[in-house]
Amino acid sequence: MRRQIPLAITLVVGLVMVVQYFVPHKPVGNLYDLFNTWAIVIFAFAIVLGVGNLIKIHGDRIYRLERGWGYSVLLLLGLTVMIITGIGWGIEPGTSFFYLYWHLYVPMSSTMFALLAFFIASASYRAFRARNFEAFLLLISAVLVMLGRVPMGKALWGQFPVIADWIMKVPNTAGQRAIMIGIALGVVSTSLRIILGIERAHLGGE
Amino acid sequence: MADTIGIWVAALLTLFIFSFLYKDNPLYKMAEHLFIGVSAGYWVSYLYQNVFKPNLYNPLFHQGKLLLIIPLILGLMMVMRLFPKIGWISRWSIAFIVGITSGYYLITYLQTNAVDQVRASLLNFSQINNIILVVGVLSGLIYFFFSAEHRGVLGGTAKLGIWFLMVAFGASFGYTVMARISLLIGRMQFLLGDWLGLLH
Amino acid sequence: MGMGKKLSQIDRRIIFLVIGLAVALPLLFPIGLQIRVSEPAQRMYKAIDQLPPGSKVLISFDYDPTTMPELYPMNIALVRHCFAKDLKVIGMALWPTGVPLGEEAFEIAAKDYGKSYGQDYVNLGYKAGDIVLISNLGKSIPQQFPIDFRGTPLEELPIMKGVRSLKNIDLVIDLSAGFPGIVEWTMIAGGRHHVKVGGGCTAVSAPSYYPYLQSKQIVGLLGGMKGAAEYETLMNARGAAAGGMDAQSIAHLVIILFIFIGNLFMFLGNKGKA
Repeated sequence: MRRQIPLAITLVVGLVMVVQYFVPHKPVGNLYDLFNTWAIVIFAFAIVLGVGNLIKIHGDRIYRLERGWGYSVLLLLGLTVMIITGIGWGIEPGTSFFYLYWHLYVPMSSTMFALLAFFIASASYRAFRARNFEAFLLLISAVLVMLGRVPMGKALWGQFPVIADWIMKVPNTAGQRAIMIGIALGVVSTSLRIILGIERAHLGGE
Repeated sequence: MADTIGIWVAALLTLFIFSFLYKDNPLYKMAEHLFIGVSAGYWVSYLYQNVFKPNLYNPLFHQGKLLLIIPLILGLMMVMRLFPKIGWISRWSIAFIVGITSGYYLITYLQTNAVDQVRASLLNFSQINNIILVVGVLSGLIYFFFSAEHRGVLGGTAKLGIWFLMVAFGASFGYTVMARISLLIGRMQFLLGDWLGLLH
Repeated sequence: MGMGKKLSQIDRRIIFLVIGLAVALPLLFPIGLQIRVSEPAQRMYKAIDQLPPGSKVLISFDYDPTTMPELYPMNIALVRHCFAKDLKVIGMALWPTGVPLGEEAFEIAAKDYGKSYGQDYVNLGYKAGDIVLISNLGKSIPQQFPIDFRGTPLEELPIMKGVRSLKNIDLVIDLSAGFPGIVEWTMIAGGRHHVKVGGGCTAVSAPSYYPYLQSKQIVGLLGGMKGAAEYETLMNARGAAAGGMDAQSIAHLVIILFIFIGNLFMFLGNKGKA
């Protein structure tokens, strides 16, 4: 029972989605609309689950006074303040929630990712080596595209942007399209296996 | 006044996070944890104001759309995953999400990323660039799909496919450099401009 | 230890310092290099430019502060262009983190062009559901978004008159930082509902969307900060992206130099071994 019902749900819902594409009439069409409306709500609960998990992990850490529990207090404090302001007084411009977004969330999240600029510089120096012909091709393509995309490249030699545009439009498009088609066929076969119940990893163990 | 305080707080948090470049330290860890908490709280507030209130609570309790009780129950079952003893019950809702997504993907990936891409590759061979494009796509696909040992004509074509992929990866790397530097420029513009007022 | 080996094991904090200066100095002392506009950006510009006044454009703010230096200047420039052409702009987001950014871009552009909320533009806010939501918009927009970001019912907003579904939208512009983003809009809005889709994306993902440009599944594309700077140039309004391009130039040259030095040491090292 614990496995059969979920497998049946996936089969029915998946089939309705597929069949509706070809036969958009009643009764499949009605079911399709119904499932789609429900999905918005269930997707939202999936995110709630993620946040619930975060609270559980850090709540446990504080309860057991594990190393670094103080940081967990800070985490839950940030979470609580955002929820109280956002749900209590609204999220639109002029609210304290909006203010906290701009002065806490924006600087922290953008700086966290700005660190990557330093790491890509370090990786370029240490790891980006032309050890064989394939790596050499990758390196040359990267350098030409970089020179072609920045204004300094054009100032150095007028043809750099022309070469970069050509790489992007021809060999890059070809390579990316091969990857795109390859992934698409993979996604199609995996989706089919999931709907038919052959692939069951998402249902977990037992 | 509130804006000045906001900018100073933002500047300090920015510096706390940048301090990680020197080495891992408590100031960085504080900012990191605060960020995760604020981020999660932000999502919850938006879910409440933009999804649960207008798309679940109001229609279900004020407009009498009683069928919405089903996604509400499925949603609550999803959250049961937090409790190990009854966690298995969340499988019903996960099955629903996975089913709907697979159903969509099966058709849309086939149409947009496979069939339409093949169709767009049926080009006339009067231009050299068209020939290169078609050869690149075909050889790349041969590299992906013939997992047998690459020998002979097939092997040569697969090798050509790798070369096209390498050029594409190179282009991606070049673009990634720009993306990462952009993020640093954004923070520098904030620190030097909005905070210190040195940029004009 | 040889000089080459020593240099290749240099403390990475020195590299960090160099790249930090390569970005900071050109911001403090700009060079003002000319920005060349690429074809995908020109195509995006043309797609908006040729829409008749009053056309409905839907912009989805599918990004967050982590990609703000790339997508936010695009957001402002694209909204400016729409306002300059008297188009009606409907904003929404598949990422909740994009809503305030789109809101701020609206405010900035609306002030410049004297546009008013509810009449010329609206922000519908965030909705969960990713690909399913886009599909639902093909059937009904008011059903998915009964109220806007400020809590106003959609039927009270003049701009939403006659807008029932994606069929009433003349162009979808997606500002895409990943999933869900331009791929999902292209698949559902473009592939199933036959609405024109274009947009801007992070530089990381731009190369992978080139097949969509070649197949004309998207009308145009702005790639990263350069794409944003190109659009600012087309609009004759230098903003944060164009202002950052000098720093991009120097930082790119420094990184190319790093790659070159790294390879030189490898080459010298190999020669030494032989």
